[in-house]
Amino acid sequence: MAFLEMSGLRKRFGSVEILKGIDITLDKGGFLVLVGPSGCGKSTLLNTIAGLETITAGEIRVDGQAINDLHPSKRDIAMVFQSYALYPNMTVAENIAFALEMRGVPKAERRLAVENVAKMLQIGHLLDRKPSQLSGGQRQRVAMGRALVRNPRIFLFDEPLSNLDAKLRVDMRTEIKRLHQTTGATIVYVTHDQIEAMTLATKIAVLKDGEVQQVGTPAEIYNRPANLFVADFMGNPAMNLLEASVVSEGGRTLLSLTRQGDDDIRLPVPASAAASGLDGRKVILGIRPEAITDRDGADRHAGTLEVVESVVEVVEPAGSDTFVVTHIAGKEVTARMRADTDAKAGSRLPFAFNLDKAVLFDPGTGRRI
Amino acid sequence: MSAAATTRTGGGSSLANRIVIYGLLLLFALVYLIPLFVMLVTSFKSMDEIQSGNMLALPQSPSFDAWARAWGETCVGLTCAGIKGYFWNSIKMVVPAVLISTILGSLNGYVLTKWRFRGHKLVFGLMLFACFIPFQAVLLPMATILGALGRFGADLESATGWNWGFGNPTVNLVIVHVIYGLGFTTLFFRNYYEAFPTELIRAAQVDGASFFQIFRRILLPNSAPIFVVTVIYQFTNIWNDFLFASAYAGSGDVMPMTVALNNVVNTSTGVVEYNVNMAAAIIAALPTLLVYVVAGRYFVRGLMAGAVKG
Repeated sequence: MAFLEMSGLRKRFGSVEILKGIDITLDKGGFLVLVGPSGCGKSTLLNTIAGLETITAGEIRVDGQAINDLHPSKRDIAMVFQSYALYPNMTVAENIAFALEMRGVPKAERRLAVENVAKMLQIGHLLDRKPSQLSGGQRQRVAMGRALVRNPRIFLFDEPLSNLDAKLRVDMRTEIKRLHQTTGATIVYVTHDQIEAMTLATKIAVLKDGEVQQVGTPAEIYNRPANLFVADFMGNPAMNLLEASVVSEGGRTLLSLTRQGDDDIRLPVPASAAASGLDGRKVILGIRPEAITDRDGADRHAGTLEVVESVVEVVEPAGSDTFVVTHIAGKEVTARMRADTDAKAGSRLPFAFNLDKAVLFDPGTGRRI
Repeated sequence: MSAAATTRTGGGSSLANRIVIYGLLLLFALVYLIPLFVMLVTSFKSMDEIQSGNMLALPQSPSFDAWARAWGETCVGLTCAGIKGYFWNSIKMVVPAVLISTILGSLNGYVLTKWRFRGHKLVFGLMLFACFIPFQAVLLPMATILGALGRFGADLESATGWNWGFGNPTVNLVIVHVIYGLGFTTLFFRNYYEAFPTELIRAAQVDGASFFQIFRRILLPNSAPIFVVTVIYQFTNIWNDFLFASAYAGSGDVMPMTVALNNVVNTSTGVVEYNVNMAAAIIAALPTLLVYVVAGRYFVRGLMAGAVKG
């Protein structure tokens, strides 16, 4: 039995259904990231776990016990808010100790707990300051300290890094990951940033329009997206999604992709898809930019590597890599090449397609084949 | 703001504009200050000097005689013991009325913004409507209710030996001002708390604070500016009220300051003692003046609150 279980969770505001039957489970010590575009219901879902929003139907269980009718304070859950929500009239120490005070923990014990947490987060020197005297990163730490001090059954994070600047965000991301590893806490984390989701999660749930699109480990979500939405949403630059038709040639089943002013491309069917019964059908080939490289940069262990020459449209150096854009099947295709590639716009270049990492989708339903 | 203030218009016309603006401001300030000046100098003059001299002239031998007479000797109606008793009447009535209406207003604002219930907009609309009801419209119905409360008090007195405050004119005035002020105080606090971050309330909920704990520990400590605004507004209104005071406590020892002052000035016996009248009027105005001076800095800050993120 999982530690946190959501089953058949529904939430309705008037006639609008925000959550349309959510089923997710999380084991003890797991790190679940709810990810999706704005308005997908991820924050609402988090609030229902916290008890800040009621649910219309379904059940939330923690350790086998239904908690959906309990008051937020009775759920033994701590939450870190997007705006940090530090009490402006209290010092850092008072902020951290507030929850303990509300639970009637004696003063000496409270001070000890605050000192421990402050040491863990390296905010010991800030304990006497007011939140208004702190920087964004320090406020973030205090907000986490306020959650940590209670040692709750579950931590909830609501886009905690979205108010920080880019560099600090990466630092704090590492910090949160380290915190999870050292404390072994069970965490549910909401973000719209798919990189945060990939780096932090042990389990990702991708949401869209109040429905779960896919639940799985970061690798599963990234390598074997359940549908076109997940494929497009996770990964930066996004996965190339190209229309292709399945043809039979000389006893082999191949994918055929059209090109403007050039020959069609023939590629082998990826191993991930069952080739049988596809003959003559239209499919969508999903292939990540890092699976299209220059010939030398290709994975030496690749089982099915196909080199195709194509005209370079745009070259985007990114420091560690260079992204090269070409045009196939009526769409821009991004390839990830070595930083020192000699690709120039307008020139013809060999592109190595590693089809081990490619997937096929049904254009009608959008599902992976 | 400073950028807008230093924006330059054409050189010459800017100077002319300034002269016009400051000239007008000076004129308005004079119009406002001259009566106060006359009151002040008159209160320090003797009656002879008032009757013979110029109204705007400074007193030749300033004395506090008129002030002392106003405080302790002047006749209000038929009793001649000064206005001091009525001054304390007003204090006893204003302080509880201001505190109760302000605290209830902040509770209302808290519930109307952070604990919303079905129909909260209608309730707020009705509260807002209370701000538009003129004093005169409630005079008679309120008199009926106060009369009923008085009879209830009499019953209580015959049963328990004490009327528990029911029927006491000062208590009556407190009740009237609390009820009448509630619409305004609710409006102030609701608008202030509307901008108060809801995440703080939610965080406190998750932390395990109760309804009143959140109010006392999170909301109240962060409401100083709006408290000051509301207290100044309520204090000024209730202290200066004449209509309710004269209707429900218009005679005898229970008169508030405003009614007593009216009786001092409108006396029909003897000579009109202008210096005493002026001193009494200034004494009557002092508490509101004091509240403004002490809390005025916060008043402006309260009006500006929320304008800048921070």
